[in-house]
Amino acid sequence: MKRAARYILFYGALLALWTLLAKLKIWPPYLFPTPWGVAESLYAGFQDHTYWIAIRVSMQRVIIGYGISVVLGMILGLGVASNKFLEETMGGLLVSLQSLPSICWWPLALLWFGLNQNAILFVVVMGSLLSVTLAMEDGRKQMPKIFGQAGRNLGAKGFKLFWYVLLPASLPFIVSGLKQGWAFAWRSLITAEMLYLSLGLGQVLMMGRDLNDMSAVMAVMILIIALGYIVDGVVFKSMERHLQNKWGLTPA
Amino acid sequence: MSTNAQSVRGFPVPVSPRMPTRGVKLGPVSVDHVERDLSTRVSKVGLSDICLSYRTQAGERLLALDHINLQGRAGEFVCVVGPSGCGKSTLLHLIAGLHPQTSGQILIDGNPVQGPGTDRILIFQEHGLFPWLTVAQNVEFGMKMKGLPKAEREEKMRHYLRLVHLGKFEKSYIHQLSGGMRQRVAIARALATEPDVLLMDEPFAALDAQTRDLLHDELERIWSETGRTIIFVTHNVREAVRLGDRVVLLTFRPGRVKSEFPVSLPRPRSLEDPEVALAAREVLDELRDEINQSLEAEYKVGIKPHIEPGDEQ
Repeated sequence: MKRAARYILFYGALLALWTLLAKLKIWPPYLFPTPWGVAESLYAGFQDHTYWIAIRVSMQRVIIGYGISVVLGMILGLGVASNKFLEETMGGLLVSLQSLPSICWWPLALLWFGLNQNAILFVVVMGSLLSVTLAMEDGRKQMPKIFGQAGRNLGAKGFKLFWYVLLPASLPFIVSGLKQGWAFAWRSLITAEMLYLSLGLGQVLMMGRDLNDMSAVMAVMILIIALGYIVDGVVFKSMERHLQNKWGLTPA
Repeated sequence: MSTNAQSVRGFPVPVSPRMPTRGVKLGPVSVDHVERDLSTRVSKVGLSDICLSYRTQAGERLLALDHINLQGRAGEFVCVVGPSGCGKSTLLHLIAGLHPQTSGQILIDGNPVQGPGTDRILIFQEHGLFPWLTVAQNVEFGMKMKGLPKAEREEKMRHYLRLVHLGKFEKSYIHQLSGGMRQRVAIARALATEPDVLLMDEPFAALDAQTRDLLHDELERIWSETGRTIIFVTHNVREAVRLGDRVVLLTFRPGRVKSEFPVSLPRPRSLEDPEVALAAREVLDELRDEINQSLEAEYKVGIKPHIEPGDEQ
């Protein structure tokens, strides 16, 4: 109850401040939209299905892109963690590549894949692949050796060893990396969509800009934040809670 | 759990060559003597001239195990004792096939060991269970890897959990169990793959004395019920004498077999039996002597050997 009250108080104050600033008309409405203007845009956007379509398209892309990242990243991370040569060579490259914003791949992606969905997916994968790889590598190293030995001892080998032992054993150590990878994937997607007519949320946001409709821009911004938060709060939180319950870890 | 202890104490002891009804035979004896004693039994585990050396980070070549020769007969309970760092745990890992030896041969039923196999299951000191699985799933794990059908797995899982008196904990996760219960799950999980040989790497070292006493009783009972060959590594001499048909003493680095002590005390035994204490004393004397020698040789000073003689009252 207390927590809910604090939330209401905080967001109420924020909304009140916003309303006040808008009411004072320091800036013209096309520069500084009012809360109800944004609410109207949100309503209209859902009403004419623009937002539903945009959400569906964007979610589909991010799920595919992130999915590819997770699979590739786990293989890569496992390879780097278990091979000394790869670790010495590729390990450093991976870390340095992480300082590159994934949208820098956009020009190359356009040339390689053409002006289509694959170019966007490529940018999304490049955005989140490194986080997942580094998380997996780290998780594999942090994971107590004894699990691998016990697994082999009980007759697990090859893919079975990876799937039934190494992967679940390293999950608690990679879940934060997976979460970070998700955040990167989501940001990369929106950025890429803003650069190209793509039906996604990023494009709807740019449409608002082109029409000089800041209410629409803010409405989409709120949608992007909300979706990112929901996935983080629902999918990853429940995954973490599940792991904590199984392993008997206390929440940090 | 206390009721279990009662029934275990009263467990009827089958009369077998493994369990002579009386008589204390002690002192280092030649290998010949041991072989004659157990000559009716088939060799289950055979280690011949096992050497293991590895390179340290400084680049030196270090000999960890030096020409180990050891026979474990079918159904025999062999305890291996030695100071920490003598390579006794490593020896178990070699038998389990988790690491290759540098030279020598390990035979199981006459066949050389090549990698891990479910005919030998290793029970670790701790943390060997999978925390992401329930107790039942842990016990079923080996059978699942073997590809056994679900119904059969469940039946065996129940059987072995009952054997270690944990029938009610199928659905628990590992972190919800006490240390003693965890090791019993580990024993059930090992037995469920129906190995011929159980390799136990100081499985009770991290437990409190009461729990350990109880598990000694349970292990002795399970061993006599299932007839498995057990190779049990410990630094606790009293524990070794309490459990083993034979105690094999390893030297400090490099690990060599120093001597073997057949233990023909009647079963079931107890850690508090004066005979056990007496026998442990003899093994301990030789062990301490050995450690002092090797330490003096290495450091040229008499450092107190790092061994735990067990619960000597």
